[in-house]
Amino acid sequence: MSKSAATRARPLSPHLQIYKPIPTMMMSIVHRITGVALYFGIVLVIAWLLAAATSESWFNTVSAIYGSWIGRLVLFGLTWSLVHHLLGGIRHFVMDTGRALDKQGSTRLATMMPFISIALTILLWVIGYMARGA
Amino acid sequence: MVELTLPKNSRIEQGKTWPKPEGATNLREYKIYRWSPDDDKNPSVDTYYVDMDDCGPMVLDGLLYIKNKIDPTLTLRRSCREGICGSCAMNIDGTNTLACTKGVDEINGAVRVYPLPHMPVVKDLVPDLTVPYAQLSSIQPWLKTVSPEPAKEWKQSHEDRAKLDGLYECILCFCCQTSCPSYWWNGERYLGPAVLLQAYRWLIDSRDEATGERLDNLEDPFRLYRCHTIMNCTQACPKGLNPAKAIAEIKKMMVERSV
Repeated sequence: MSKSAATRARPLSPHLQIYKPIPTMMMSIVHRITGVALYFGIVLVIAWLLAAATSESWFNTVSAIYGSWIGRLVLFGLTWSLVHHLLGGIRHFVMDTGRALDKQGSTRLATMMPFISIALTILLWVIGYMARGA
Repeated sequence: MVELTLPKNSRIEQGKTWPKPEGATNLREYKIYRWSPDDDKNPSVDTYYVDMDDCGPMVLDGLLYIKNKIDPTLTLRRSCREGICGSCAMNIDGTNTLACTKGVDEINGAVRVYPLPHMPVVKDLVPDLTVPYAQLSSIQPWLKTVSPEPAKEWKQSHEDRAKLDGLYECILCFCCQTSCPSYWWNGERYLGPAVLLQAYRWLIDSRDEATGERLDNLEDPFRLYRCHTIMNCTQACPKGLNPAKAIAEIKKMMVERSV
């Protein structure tokens, strides 16, 4: 016999699994993820500084790892995380003042986020490479 | 706490596909969340086919077509069928809205219908709203005064009355409340967009004299400040209201009274 309604635990209705990934929600999630990425990314920066403070050979070793194509890819991702998180912070700050809180305005702002952050990241790297080349 | 997966008893299983109505040529597929307290099965998603030539244009019309003509066990709340009672709030095509004001023609592909997200399910599309109702009563959504009661009525200027526009229209369907990821993860402690919009409605009412007391009640890391402007509330509201804006205004009132 099946359990009565009173004793059978109610299921939880689905949430994240079924909700449409709208720009504002996605950018909020990406803001969280980039925040976590920065938390771990900072360890890489510390490792580099630590190596520089230890010895020349250590510094060269770490620099070589970071300079490899995979190292550069990780650093590019880290730069993007920083830029995106910074822009996200500014976006939320603007919203806290009561601006860009309407349906269309907030969606427009959120949709712009990935384009601006990727463009800025590429710009930073171009400047970096140019500075190195000079 | 953030929980990305559903508890074991809530995982959705393969459901049943119901036969197509005979002789119908203009069919629309509906995929509907089912769960019954009367058996031992997990929730499932059943597939139905609605004859659009024999059915009204709204999602609610389709649901009632199914209930009347295919499967009378399908359970849902509905009443006014014109977007004023808020009973038929559910998750349709990935967003929370009212089944009665959502046109089937606004949806591409199958019409997917789930109960309001992250709520205990009573049956099928009926969620248990006990917690949000208790939260609503916690903000004391009525006029509170200390001045002696006027002989006739509490008066309000046209300008002060206009401040309630965009707030008083809320029908408490809880579409916004249950669209909020912050409310999903902290629903017991965070009051949620619908309740905070109501709180703001009384905070800016010129006749209300309990503003300080109301703000004291909201001054809490969870009750108010779990709003992270994710904006799902404003995107979801079927009445076009803006709970996120109301919450931002409460946060501003908090700052203004402390400087």
